[in-house]
Amino acid sequence: MEALSALVAAEEAGAFDPEAKNIAAATNAGLAYGLAAIGPGIGIGYLVGKSVEAMARQPEAAGMVRTTMFLGIAFTEALALIGFVVFILVKFA
Amino acid sequence: MSATAGDALATRFEGPAPEVAVSNDMIKRGLVISPIIIAICGVIWGANGAFSSAYAVAIVLLNFALAAVMIAGAARISVGLMMAATLFGYLIRLALIFLAVWIVKDASWISLPALGSTIIVTHLGLLFWEMKYVALSLSQPGLKTDVPQVSRDHTI
Repeated sequence: MEALSALVAAEEAGAFDPEAKNIAAATNAGLAYGLAAIGPGIGIGYLVGKSVEAMARQPEAAGMVRTTMFLGIAFTEALALIGFVVFILVKFA
Repeated sequence: MSATAGDALATRFEGPAPEVAVSNDMIKRGLVISPIIIAICGVIWGANGAFSSAYAVAIVLLNFALAAVMIAGAARISVGLMMAATLFGYLIRLALIFLAVWIVKDASWISLPALGSTIIVTHLGLLFWEMKYVALSLSQPGLKTDVPQVSRDHTI
């Protein structure tokens, strides 16, 4: 909390170089986007792995499994898209 | 009889792909609903919002189409490749979306809030809409006779 107050005070005093601020903003935005993509990546990997397992156990249900798998992938991907939208709004807007 | 891990990875699925059918449905519904989304964004953010919204709808629909084509194409070769295509396809598509936005970020007609909100709303809206029909056709298969049947071919 003390460190945060010191940062705010330094910002108000104009102690930061604008170039350094831009670099820090870009780095943080990129980091946030990367972190937002990790969770859906893990989720999609788990989802597809389990779907393949289900298709191997019950091949006759493969059509149903693939349909729900595709919807699951798209829903999981929405999380990454939300992270991406936050990134573009923070970085470019 | 359950298949072994080797069987699962060497199995391939031929015939019509359900992903493509689902994706086509969503694209059709997206095209139907897109004028309304564009009009709403136009009212809120002006002409730039309408252009950005149209661009965002195109991104979302192409993303669905690309995902379906990649998964269906890989499933015809092997399920193992389908797993790889799904995960790396996810990364590739994220990169393509980033590139699509990066290219236009400084354009005079772009409105980033309109672009971002349209991407999220269209993506989630079409998914929930499609989910309703998929849930109905899975619970009552007799209602929809053109559900693609996936054939299975072992290539060990």
